[in-house]
Amino acid sequence: MSEHHVVPLKIYFLIFFALMIGTVLTVGAAFVDMGFMNTPVALIIALVKASLVIMFFMHVKYSHKLVGLFAVSGFFWLCIMLALTMQDYYTRGWGEAPPVEFLKEGAFF
Amino acid sequence: MSDAVKANGEPKNYLNDTYGIKSWLLTLDHKRIGIMYLITLTAFFLVGGVFAAFIRLELMTPKGDLFEAETYNKMFTMHGVVMIFFFLIPSIPAVLGNFLIPLQIGARDVAFPKLNLASYYLYALGGMFAIAAILMGGIDTGWTFYTPYSSSYSNSFVSLALVGVFINGFSSILTGVNFMVTIHKMRAPGLTWFRLPLFIWGHYATSLIQVLGTPVVAITLLLVVFERVFNIGIFDPTYGGDPVLFQHMFWFYSHPAVYIMILPGFAVISDVIACFSRKRIFGYSFVAFSSLAIAVLGFLVWGHHMFVSGQSTYASMVFSFITFFVAVPSAVKIFNWSFTLHKGSIKLDSPMLYVMGFIGLFTIGGLTGLFLSTLGTDVHLHDTYFVVAHFHYVMVGGMVMAFLCGLHFWWPKMTGRMYPEGPAKLGVMFVFAGFNLTFLPQFILGYMGMPRRYHAYPEEWQALNIMSTAGATVLGLGFGLTIAYFIWSLFKGEKAPANPFQAKGLEWDIPSPPIAHNFEAIPIVTWEAYPYGPEEAASQSTETATEPAKEDEVV
Repeated sequence: MSEHHVVPLKIYFLIFFALMIGTVLTVGAAFVDMGFMNTPVALIIALVKASLVIMFFMHVKYSHKLVGLFAVSGFFWLCIMLALTMQDYYTRGWGEAPPVEFLKEGAFF
Repeated sequence: MSDAVKANGEPKNYLNDTYGIKSWLLTLDHKRIGIMYLITLTAFFLVGGVFAAFIRLELMTPKGDLFEAETYNKMFTMHGVVMIFFFLIPSIPAVLGNFLIPLQIGARDVAFPKLNLASYYLYALGGMFAIAAILMGGIDTGWTFYTPYSSSYSNSFVSLALVGVFINGFSSILTGVNFMVTIHKMRAPGLTWFRLPLFIWGHYATSLIQVLGTPVVAITLLLVVFERVFNIGIFDPTYGGDPVLFQHMFWFYSHPAVYIMILPGFAVISDVIACFSRKRIFGYSFVAFSSLAIAVLGFLVWGHHMFVSGQSTYASMVFSFITFFVAVPSAVKIFNWSFTLHKGSIKLDSPMLYVMGFIGLFTIGGLTGLFLSTLGTDVHLHDTYFVVAHFHYVMVGGMVMAFLCGLHFWWPKMTGRMYPEGPAKLGVMFVFAGFNLTFLPQFILGYMGMPRRYHAYPEEWQALNIMSTAGATVLGLGFGLTIAYFIWSLFKGEKAPANPFQAKGLEWDIPSPPIAHNFEAIPIVTWEAYPYGPEEAASQSTETATEPAKEDEVV
């Protein structure tokens, strides 16, 4: 185990700066109507920011691969939850009643 | 050992190492923390049991003449909340896991002893919130806290109970993290993954679920609190939310939570059945990997709780299909345990009687689960007593039997005292007979259409309900007898030798009860798990090393 890897302060400030830019981008994107891409763009920015926090602030980049594996599994499990939940919402209209209102309005993509 | 003998001639151990209430409340010793969990969750078990007794008393007569409907709602809710969140989920991991994982892997403690104590206090704090909710007037939502009733309509103390369960969730997560790091990093030299007792594999799989699933239910329940308090629209349609979303997020955790409860039970059974059959477990690696398979597959099936909730038919078909797969690793375990018995020198001491009970009852519980995972039959059986009987066969017939099995098996190690074998055997009989008398009639009642969560029912169902209540009385006597002789044995029980059952495993090579830091010297393991046969036993050496393993050797 690479114990107590010392990260230069410069890296922390750079990541902080990148996170701030991400925040500005998120707010900026909210003012631009990109149609169905509104939510994906916001989510992609959030994903990049979360990855930076996990990799640098939480030291996953400098830890044993096993720690990285657990971090990735956490994300993978989140994907399972979203995918299997959305398979319900996206298939509710199939051969049944009309789709639920919020899907019509495009709130989810 | 000679310097570790106290003035009164008693060998020094973790119980007499230090004295005073502070030495317990601030202890970092995993064994003492395990004992504190045992005492606390036994108290919760008794509280949950009292609610169960009230439910069964009410259902002795068709009319709701003991409680009003609303009071009855509170009874079954509080029975469920207390039993699930404050007894079943922590039971085996927090008591036996805490006590035994470091002993079985040759470590002096868990990886994070302070975090371990913090887990206990979070559990106690969460429990206090739940007890406060009960004392202030109770909760009436059902243990599932379904929205929009829980978020918008219930006037009971839902928020308080939810905060309690939320806090308790962190206890579960921290215990899981602690066990995973301990198992990865602190195994004795030579103790490779495939030399580990299956108790460890089971707890590892359990920890994975605790860490990956619990955050979801914690946040979901917190969202309900936010919706109740701040009226934000997550689940309530009147605010633009979706109540079925709650069910998805709740069951994403709460179905795997069933495996948090039962996997440690499997873990106990594997160790005990090998010992009392005097045989290495049949198909060790299959049993080990089936635990992991259950942990993973358990996360893909939650929608089978929602077949009649408005979930799309296609989603239901997918969930139903995957649910059948979970039966495979469970069946692998049952078959392998049965083959372990084949040509074994079986000794029917009370822990083994619990194993026998477990295998039969869990098999019934598991197979009736397949009725419920079938789309067509579930529409008929959903929310009936069939479901109640099914999950009690898994939770009580499986999990509680396994917990009692493990408690009997390791009681001498934990306390240094033997339990009395005669009353113990009587206790198993009472529990087994009482359990079946309670819950077999409920399968029939459910199939006949008796819905769960009602305090009144048509008269033609009274005979079966009386049988069920009579069974619950016998079951209660069984539990009462067990608790009584365990307490008796603490004072009057025969002194336990280091290895009363001639079992194999590192925990049996040290005195009963163990010393404060478990091992005088860290053992070097050169043998496979469960060396019960004559050839395996010959290969077991008792080398010891004084240095702990280097960390990078044991990832």
